[in-house]
Amino acid sequence: MAAPPRHATMLSISNGDKPAQTQAQSQQGTLPQSPGLRVPSNRKTIYDRHLNRSRNAESSRASFAFLFGEMVTYAQRRVTGIQDLEKRLNEQGYPLGLRLLDLLFYRSTSTSSSALSSSSTSSSPPNRPLRIITLLHLIHGPLWRLLFGRAADALEHSVSPDTPNEYMITDNDPLVNTYISVPREMSMLNCAAFVAGIIEGVCDGCGFETKVSAHNQPTDLWPSRTVFLVRFGDAVMEREKVLERSGVK
Amino acid sequence: MALSLRNPTLINRDQHKMSYYFTILSPTDTPLFNIAFGTSKGGGDGIARFRFPETAQYMNQFIIHSSLDILEEAQWTNGSMYLKHIDTYPPAAAYITAFLTPSGARFLLLHQPPHLPSSTGSSGLGASSLLGSAGSTTRASSSSIAANPTSPQTEEAVRQFMNEVYENYVKTAMNPFYKQGMEIKSPVFRTRVTAAGKKWL
Repeated sequence: MAAPPRHATMLSISNGDKPAQTQAQSQQGTLPQSPGLRVPSNRKTIYDRHLNRSRNAESSRASFAFLFGEMVTYAQRRVTGIQDLEKRLNEQGYPLGLRLLDLLFYRSTSTSSSALSSSSTSSSPPNRPLRIITLLHLIHGPLWRLLFGRAADALEHSVSPDTPNEYMITDNDPLVNTYISVPREMSMLNCAAFVAGIIEGVCDGCGFETKVSAHNQPTDLWPSRTVFLVRFGDAVMEREKVLERSGVK
Repeated sequence: MALSLRNPTLINRDQHKMSYYFTILSPTDTPLFNIAFGTSKGGGDGIARFRFPETAQYMNQFIIHSSLDILEEAQWTNGSMYLKHIDTYPPAAAYITAFLTPSGARFLLLHQPPHLPSSTGSSGLGASSLLGSAGSTTRASSSSIAANPTSPQTEEAVRQFMNEVYENYVKTAMNPFYKQGMEIKSPVFRTRVTAAGKKWL
């Protein structure tokens, strides 16, 4: 079969070193059903790479800080105000949330030491979250660990009877804000709106229509403490009631 | 039953050849990928032979999409990703098996056992009842996954197939140039799905 050869033993990650065009001609022979497909010079496509290889790898904090700073600068161009800027950061995070969700589940099904161990008791593949609480635990624990290497600091339900659809996830010291200094005149801005976008992506991916926003709630001990306010849509709350009545967990 | 005793090789060879139609739908029901293939196990040649070849191309899509209502009900009562056999369309003897990714993409596999020599002339209800009895004979005569679309062996084989496709789907989704809801055009992905079909079905 004309499947591209697996180079499982090759550990080279220098995919981008040589332009792929130089290999294009020789690739025509090995992949006859795919004319014009550009394959990296070491012939490793993304499908040949293992998804768990970078599982315990951490990216450099300095490069993250630099990239995130650039993202904020990029989002800041031609914005009309702080709300607009936060919206743009949110939109940058959203597609990331959708991706992380699949990756998170893939990694927890394919390894014995489950990354979702806190939310699922069995070693069999974890279940998709059907209820709000399961979903929030997934975000609070496994998702936060995947992103920041630790769980979030608090998960609360709104005490007000008027807003039963509001939940709060607290991070005492969000990584994204560590190297961001907000000017005094923009004190309302919280760049963790990016993380709020990720949360929104995860919730939407699971079928929970949500609006998530990031708010500054500094304390003496934690000056950059951020609260992510998760507001579920009416349809979600209705379904939640139906599922509760039918005993779905 | 007497038939299978008289000529067991013929029955077995025919029963092995299941036809499959696999499709990936986005959470908003956009088709992202589809492929038709046949059984490769037990001497199968991997080529799909649907019962009604002239209409199969659109009927398969129609049958698969009509199972979405049932899928969306099952989605909120069963939290697993692999939802097993969810729907049957008797007129075409089509069985639908579903797998749901956490981000809402649906993998749907339609499997259709081949024509039985005796059921060629009959239609609709008659064909499905004949199929039922034929299914029970072959269950006894062979443990092939193609013999019975709802047997535990088949469900397990399809689970393996789905998991392998899921792995490749995640790799597609992690591609920074891929946005959720885009058609999957990668020939490498197609090769991978074909290989998974060969390996498990």
